[in-house]
Amino acid sequence: MSSVARMTISPRDAERYEEKDFGFWLYLMSDAVIFACLFATYLVMVGNTAGGPTPKDVFELDRAAAETALLLLSSTTFGVAAVALSAGDRGKVLLWLAVTFLLGAGFIFLEIGEFTGMIAQGAGPDRSGFLSAFFTLVGTHGFHVSVGLVWIVVMFAQVFFKGLTAPVASRFMRLGLFWHFLDIIWVVIFSVVYLPGVL
Amino acid sequence: MFGRLTIDSLPFYSAVAASGAAVTVLGGLAVAGAITYFGAWRMVMTQWVSSVDHKKIGIMYIMLALVMLLRGFVDAAMMRSQQAIAYNSEGYLPPDHFDQIFSSHGTIMIFFMAMPFLSGLANLIVPQQIGSRDVAFPFMNSVSLWLTTAGAGLMLISLVVGKFSTAGWTAYPPYSGVEYTPGVGVDYWLWMVFIAGFGTTMTGINFLVTIIKNRAPGMTMFRLPLFTWTILITSVLIIFAFPALTVACAMLILDRNFGFHFFTNAMGGNMMNYINLFWLWGHPEVYILILPAFGVFSEVVSTFSQKRLFGYISLVLATCAIGLLSFTVWLHHFFTMGSSAKVNSFFGTMTTIISVPTGVKVFDWLLTMYRGRIIFKPPMLFTIGFLVTFVIGGLSGVLLALPPIDYLMHNTTFLVAHFHNMIIPGVLFGYLAGYMYWFPKAFGFKLNEKWGTRAFWCWIVGFYVAFMPLYVLGMLGMPRRMEHYDIAAWQPHLIVAGIGAFIILLGMICLAVQLVVSIRERNQALDLSGDPWNGRSLEWATSSPAAPYNFAVLPKVESRDAWWDMKQRGVAYERPAEYEDIVMPKNTYAGLVIGVAGGVFGFAAIWWMWWLALLSLAVIAAAIIYRASDDDDEFVMTASEVKAIEDERFAQLAKAPKNEMADEPGFAGEPAPEPAE
Ligand code: HEM
Ligand SMILES: [Cu+2]
Repeated sequence: MSSVARMTISPRDAERYEEKDFGFWLYLMSDAVIFACLFATYLVMVGNTAGGPTPKDVFELDRAAAETALLLLSSTTFGVAAVALSAGDRGKVLLWLAVTFLLGAGFIFLEIGEFTGMIAQGAGPDRSGFLSAFFTLVGTHGFHVSVGLVWIVVMFAQVFFKGLTAPVASRFMRLGLFWHFLDIIWVVIFSVVYLPGVL
Repeated sequence: MFGRLTIDSLPFYSAVAASGAAVTVLGGLAVAGAITYFGAWRMVMTQWVSSVDHKKIGIMYIMLALVMLLRGFVDAAMMRSQQAIAYNSEGYLPPDHFDQIFSSHGTIMIFFMAMPFLSGLANLIVPQQIGSRDVAFPFMNSVSLWLTTAGAGLMLISLVVGKFSTAGWTAYPPYSGVEYTPGVGVDYWLWMVFIAGFGTTMTGINFLVTIIKNRAPGMTMFRLPLFTWTILITSVLIIFAFPALTVACAMLILDRNFGFHFFTNAMGGNMMNYINLFWLWGHPEVYILILPAFGVFSEVVSTFSQKRLFGYISLVLATCAIGLLSFTVWLHHFFTMGSSAKVNSFFGTMTTIISVPTGVKVFDWLLTMYRGRIIFKPPMLFTIGFLVTFVIGGLSGVLLALPPIDYLMHNTTFLVAHFHNMIIPGVLFGYLAGYMYWFPKAFGFKLNEKWGTRAFWCWIVGFYVAFMPLYVLGMLGMPRRMEHYDIAAWQPHLIVAGIGAFIILLGMICLAVQLVVSIRERNQALDLSGDPWNGRSLEWATSSPAAPYNFAVLPKVESRDAWWDMKQRGVAYERPAEYEDIVMPKNTYAGLVIGVAGGVFGFAAIWWMWWLALLSLAVIAAAIIYRASDDDDEFVMTASEVKAIEDERFAQLAKAPKNEMADEPGFAGEPAPEPAE
């Protein structure tokens, strides 16, 4: 991680951070397998509507598009925060972290609206195998984003109280990996779940 | 407040259940009492449960595994005795109870005996074998331990509060769905597997990073000892296989508790989703269990033949091949569930292919022994017992891999015989061999050989007597999981099998006696040299037990069998000119807190005490955030402290007698420390 390397840290610490990054990559791979299993299940179950609503009936493309926009944008703003971190500009890091948080929270807000709307229409996860798979896949992603939001708050506090120290920066980079990973998963969800569903 | 937990959940409905519960509660009280009696609470709290030292974590894992082995064996003995007498009679176990027992036996043996045993051996040995001071993530290691223990704790609690699942160790829906089994049993199963599964996944990540990143200088991949290689591949399998189990469990939890329809019969559910996901994990799991045992056998064979391992490269490649192939065969667990003939024959073929690398390994071990100086200590006995027995199990497995035969045999006791034939010699013997082989490394004295040998003979004879009749019974058409029966021809075989279980009981007793006797007579079996077997790999370069930092100075590795090589070059016990400060992780209770809160969370979720579930989640989150904000989690062991420990080690070495396993004087195993100046 170039930005971390730029701060003067001992070789031993550099090694520790590298190990942590590697471990975090492995975690992400394992998490990716979780999503792969959920995607596979969803694809097997889209047709199992049990006489209930079909994807066409329940998906709203404009809402999904808005969610996508918010999430993609939040990845960008996180990138800006990362640049600020490399530059050592604490104020900017805090600012862009806050913006990222708001965008992510907006995403979650829209998603909760989508879920409650569907449930109100009688298209909850207990209606059919298809809806169970849909809520679980998209909900798992949403859960990850929520964890990411908590992490952003913790990160914000750490940057605020501790400053841009090497351990903080190292954690920041892993948060970045996590956040971009969720972005990628969302893109797959959008193209595997929503697009074929409404087209 | 208490969700669906009511007074009726206590086990007063049956004498057998109540006595099981009483044994559990009294056992717990006895442990607590013993700790109090020895005034050891302080030590337990400050040096063990808060420890992040991989060696201590390893020991705790193995203690957990041995306790659960006992518990799982009690279940097995109950089933064997029930079946021995249940011809045209009810026996003493009502059906519902019998079903709980085979479910808990399988669950315990796989998740809470074998898995902790494997994590324990890995923890104890891998860092020392690769010349490292620690695992990559010591704190996460402690979290893994305590999550696994939380799962095992739920297992034990299920015996006292509520009933355990009756759905077998695989919990196939729709039977495990709410419709057919509405009680808490399946929920217990799900939550304990789910929670322990997280711990295991973290262990996988931890060891993969450790082995890739923390090797001593010169320890290239093709110099890694075989045990470490198998843990490496096992870790990869864990990282990729356990998510499937997590997903399957989560979906079944949603089905059962929140009315989802993943696996239900109606509303668009499909149980095949579960079965695919489960075995996508389940088959690799078999190799997750067996590969480390293969690693132990490889180490033991070469040490106790006093020869380098034959075909090292082929063993490594075979391990990797088995790892890869293990993901391509899961469907052989449900040949009979209506896949097309093409699909079945593909998976049948893939399954048969796995026997090739496994066969390679068997030949490598045999050729290692060929013309070696074989020394028959208990670990070696277990290894030889494995080699002989495993071939039979392998042959029955190749038979089952043929879909037409599987159609005849599936769900008969032939299958039960087959997998016990693989898993008792192939997994358990390996772990027991590892336990006896590395015990001196963990505690500084050797285990009693006489009792170890007796344990071996009881186990192997008991194994044959207990399981060979099941092959016959399977061919006579006896289904597995039978609680009673009315076919006279079965009973003699079942009585023999019961006698076999009794002989295994003697084996369990020998193991216990061995431990007690060894502790009592430890002064006669002290391992002062740290290298009691004239070993070959680096774990024998440390003192027994190893110092907290393992190696005061990281070793320089110049060949395979690094320690053997150092002994031959005469540099094995060189005294470094000076020592340096060593940075160590601080002990912490955060891991324990996360584990306990994880267990409470599981309990609350099982009984629908949602407030408690939320509370424990909050505790977990707080502990993680606290840890993640703590930049002060290490301390420095100064060079002079290190020197004091090392001086003592060299004084001990000077007192060490000549290694009984080294016959050429002045050569390997002969510590030649310079006197302190
Ligand atoms: C120590 C000696 C053991 C004995 C006497 C024993 C005996 C048994 C018996 C009687 C059954 C039930 C068979 C049936 O349903 O007809 C069984 C099932 C099983 N055993 Fe063992 N067992 C032993 C060790 C082990 C070990 C070490 C493992 C795994 C590490 C293991 C794993 C299993 C599994 C997974 C099942 C299937 C449970 C189910 O039906 O859901 N057993 N065993
Ligand atoms: Cu299999």
